[in-house]
Amino acid sequence: MSVPPASAGFVVQRTTGTARIALIVGVLIVLLLVALPLAGNSEAMRLVVEFVCVLTMAQMWNFLAGYGGIVSIGQQAYIGLGGYALLALANHLGVNPFLSVPLAGLLAALFAIPTSYVVFRLAGAYFAVGTWAVAESYRLAFANVQVFGGGSGESLTALAGIPRATREVVTYEMGVALGVLAVGGVYLLVRSRIGLALTAIRDSGRAAASAGVDVQRTTRTIYVIAALGAGLAGALYFLEQLQIGPDAAFGMSWIPLMFFAVVIGGIGTIEGPIVGTLLYFVLRQYFSDWGAWYLVALGILSIVVMLAAPQGLWGLVARRWNLHLFPVRRYVDLADESGRSHGDLHP
Amino acid sequence: MVSLDTIVQGVLLGGLFALFALGLAVIYGVMKLINIAHGDFIVLGAYLALGISGATHRSPFVVLPIVVVVFMLFGYVLQRTILNRTLGRDILVPLVVTYGISVVIQNVLLQTTSADSRSLKVGSIETASVALPGGIAIGWLPLLTLATALAATLLLEWIFNRTRLGIAFRAASDDRETANLMGIDDLRLYGYATAIALGVVALASLFMGIKFEFTPDIGPSFLLYAFEAVVIGGLGSFWGTFAGGIVLGVAQAIGFAINPGLGILLGHLVFLAVLVLRPRGLVPRSASA
Repeated sequence: MSVPPASAGFVVQRTTGTARIALIVGVLIVLLLVALPLAGNSEAMRLVVEFVCVLTMAQMWNFLAGYGGIVSIGQQAYIGLGGYALLALANHLGVNPFLSVPLAGLLAALFAIPTSYVVFRLAGAYFAVGTWAVAESYRLAFANVQVFGGGSGESLTALAGIPRATREVVTYEMGVALGVLAVGGVYLLVRSRIGLALTAIRDSGRAAASAGVDVQRTTRTIYVIAALGAGLAGALYFLEQLQIGPDAAFGMSWIPLMFFAVVIGGIGTIEGPIVGTLLYFVLRQYFSDWGAWYLVALGILSIVVMLAAPQGLWGLVARRWNLHLFPVRRYVDLADESGRSHGDLHP
Repeated sequence: MVSLDTIVQGVLLGGLFALFALGLAVIYGVMKLINIAHGDFIVLGAYLALGISGATHRSPFVVLPIVVVVFMLFGYVLQRTILNRTLGRDILVPLVVTYGISVVIQNVLLQTTSADSRSLKVGSIETASVALPGGIAIGWLPLLTLATALAATLLLEWIFNRTRLGIAFRAASDDRETANLMGIDDLRLYGYATAIALGVVALASLFMGIKFEFTPDIGPSFLLYAFEAVVIGGLGSFWGTFAGGIVLGVAQAIGFAINPGLGILLGHLVFLAVLVLRPRGLVPRSASA
């Protein structure tokens, strides 16, 4: 898989002019976001944290489904485990609550390892519903654990001694960091060898195996990485909420967030979940007083998108204008005598 | 704690789960599609029975044939218009589409009927029971549920093994393209399969609605019970699915007997244990099936 030297007559292009501009714009947006607490608007900060949590969940779900072809309906298991790990560490073990967030993500990932041995007994659609049963098992199990408040849950009292402004700003900056980590991390992973192996497995597991890809290890690795992301997002979300209960943590209301953001935004691209999450927040802002009709509309929209334009909104944009802000393809430039190059031979 | 009575009540509960599971097994068996909205169809059927029985002042048992017919038609149309478009593509498409249908059903019901819990009233049979020696009481209604599940299993076995339609179902399930070459119109066939599945779902709706207080958002848990029964049972035959329902019912009953908070959880855990120990289920599909 090594790249031959340029003297062999071609160069592998992995980025584009647009992508460089996108990177600069992205860095500027992140810098602006980092500076937002200077404005002192806690409402805006809270919204950004919530946005980042949903975005991270969507990116992780997209990483699994869009790149790995592994459709899970049970990622809320790791959102909830992240939240409860935060509770256990901060409230019960006296760990600094902010430090507890990354540790909680790691704990969620740790749980994903044995869980993967159970759910990977199933494949395809069976796997999807099997992961859901696992998430429900976690929910019911935590509802039975009286140490964590049973069915009604518990407040994060560990944060009581921390001044409100400090809490808000630190939570917020951690949120910005998580957003960068989720988008950047998935992007780098998809561009790496793992990404290549994943795409191969998604398209044909058997062919990938025959080309030397360790299918089992690769799928397990990305399942654990996705659990890490979901766990971090869950921990941060409940750090912001200041309380956690089994229904909020492991409940089914997380599923449509991930589904709709990824499917409507555009599955199998880095940009899609960003677009989908933004769209979700905008729609929620304007249509939430329509009550459940708004969810009916999202449900219908996702059906229509899946049947008529399965590449989603971003897919339409990308195709119409050949726009790739996060290029994951490898472009092979074959330089001939005239110096002209022929691109895009190798998607 | 785990008495014979617990087991008997578990078997009876399992009859209801078997009824939940049969429809899912039909659709999966014929077209390898897991219908995420399956549980919501069960709930929708109960609301439909409630509505018709309320409007006509007839018992839910009397209006059941109407619900069955409406559901069969609904199943056929749904398959021909939407679900057929999801087949033969990657697994994401049917999952997302049926999940979308699930969200639509739940929220339409929520908006049109409110979040209040409802139940189907069928009078004194709800509580009537027959006493057996050993202090075991068997409710007539659970018994009728179990008998209906048995009858539905027999009927499906007969359709799939003894009729031309069933042979076509199995042919399309084994090899869609070759079945096409033999003159089978697979898209219409899938319509028939979903019609049959939703007919069984309508039966499940009735007994669910009598036994449980239902709300618009309760469907997904029924999907999970149905799915677990199908996986526990294996894909070999509808008897496997029936047995899977019984296993799940007994597991939940034992859990409930130990601690009310444990019932449903123990069901899930038994499912996960079967997955680890016997991933192909109790009645596996043979390689040559």
